Amino acid sequence: MIAMENAAYVVGSYVVTLGGIAAYAWVVLARARRAARQVPREDRPWT
Amino acid sequence: MTTDTRSERRPTSTTFTRWLGAAVLAGLAWLALFGLVLSPNDRVQKTGVRILYIHVPTAWLAYLAFIVTGVCSVGYLWKRSRNLQWDRVAGASAEVGVVFMGITLVTGMLWGKISWGTYWTWDSRLTTTAFLFVTYIGYLAVRDLGGTHHQRARRSAVLALLAVLEVPLVHFSVKWWRPLHQQESVAEGKLNGLMMFTLFVGLVAFTLLYVWLVLHRQRAMAMDDMVADQGLDAALAERREEAVR
Amino acid sequence: MSTWQIARLVAAKDLRVEWRSRVVTNQVLPFAALVMVMFAFALDNDQALTRVAPGLVWLAAMFSLLVLVQRAFAVETADGALDALKVAGVRSSGIFLGKALALAAQLAVLEAVLLVAAILLYRTEVPAGGVGVLLATYVAATAGLAFVGTLYGGLAAGARGRETLLPLLLLPVVAPVLIGATRATEAALGTNDAMPSEGWPWFGLLALFAAVFGAGGALAFGSLIDD
Repeated sequence: MIAMENAAYVVGSYVVTLGGIAAYAWVVLARARRAARQVPREDRPWT
Repeated sequence: MTTDTRSERRPTSTTFTRWLGAAVLAGLAWLALFGLVLSPNDRVQKTGVRILYIHVPTAWLAYLAFIVTGVCSVGYLWKRSRNLQWDRVAGASAEVGVVFMGITLVTGMLWGKISWGTYWTWDSRLTTTAFLFVTYIGYLAVRDLGGTHHQRARRSAVLALLAVLEVPLVHFSVKWWRPLHQQESVAEGKLNGLMMFTLFVGLVAFTLLYVWLVLHRQRAMAMDDMVADQGLDAALAERREEAVR
Repeated sequence: MSTWQIARLVAAKDLRVEWRSRVVTNQVLPFAALVMVMFAFALDNDQALTRVAPGLVWLAAMFSLLVLVQRAFAVETADGALDALKVAGVRSSGIFLGKALALAAQLAVLEAVLLVAAILLYRTEVPAGGVGVLLATYVAATAGLAFVGTLYGGLAAGARGRETLLPLLLLPVVAPVLIGATRATEAALGTNDAMPSEGWPWFGLLALFAAVFGAGGALAFGSLIDD
């Protein structure tokens, strides 16, 4: 990893992928939390 | 008590998704370790091969996500009972697919810059992928058009099936338009054992990630639908009270 | 009533509305001609213009298609005319074919004007050998564009923000028509020393496109507009 050729591109692509997925996952959970405020626990079939 | 607060913070979590999430995190960490540090450089592609360990799995998962959307759309339209669960899984899968495809396009450009010296070439695979991306952005926009849940479900299911017609036509017309295309970007069987293993780790990690994301998103959508129904019921009750008064 | 009779009635109604309102002749045609002039400003090179003339014709046709489709469904949704047709139990495949027919007629006029404009403004010529390919391409591409335009126009009709949604949905789908019609027209006009015979495979693609979306549209249109 140290002194890798084209390191900016390689590390950049990992950052984009993992960062993008983390951001999306956060959005999904945040939207779920917002909706959950109005849905009582017993109405959620998965719990 | 602890489980109570926990489930309010993560209302779409279950024991299964928590274990799955832990496995995803472990898989991605493992992938970063192998992809960036442990695996050797390729003889031809040099460091470029390291991008492929994340690029190839996200691309495959994006395609898989769109296939799942198509299958679930058929599932919704097939039975007269019209189960909205099919529709929500189709929508969640398309959304995850769009995210994965967007990431794939960016990492593909970075890989292209290293390997071909240019971010973009107009070969059929790249162009079709870009069209897929735009098509499913349109699909997601149509899901937000409003109306009842079943209107949304039917509209988007038909649109998903039209996309199934569209994609091969776009692919073949572009292929015909630019017959000379770049060498296969996926490994041509020249990867050694450790490289294949790293790619395999990536594939497993991203597949688990896909399942985790779709489960959570689909449950969030179910709650959104319930909230919309509650709003409708409340509005109806209000109207009824007004009428009585 | 047969599907075909319904289609003829719907198409006649649409064309009559257009004829009386003169929107196509007074607004869409001038818009298309303007686009052709703007291309000349943007490219600013006579040889380049001659070379890319076939592509510009079809690109302008596609932009005009967006305007025409918006218009075709604005007429229907303005006072709930589409709902009235559905309530009256009119078969949706008939509505689809009728609207597509009317749209195709308008597109045909528009494309003819664009083609003439390209020949006059961009110094292109039609060699005698290319007339057959050109006519076939013209018919197949018009049919394909009309089917797809009606299908996605119906989907976006009545939705808030459809003006912005329609291009996003429609342009990716018509990409094969743009590619196919441009290559076939290049072959017909002999652009880049292409032979007219090279255009026939592209015509095949256009015909396939029209057939697929014609059949798909007749089947799917009902569930798209049925709210």
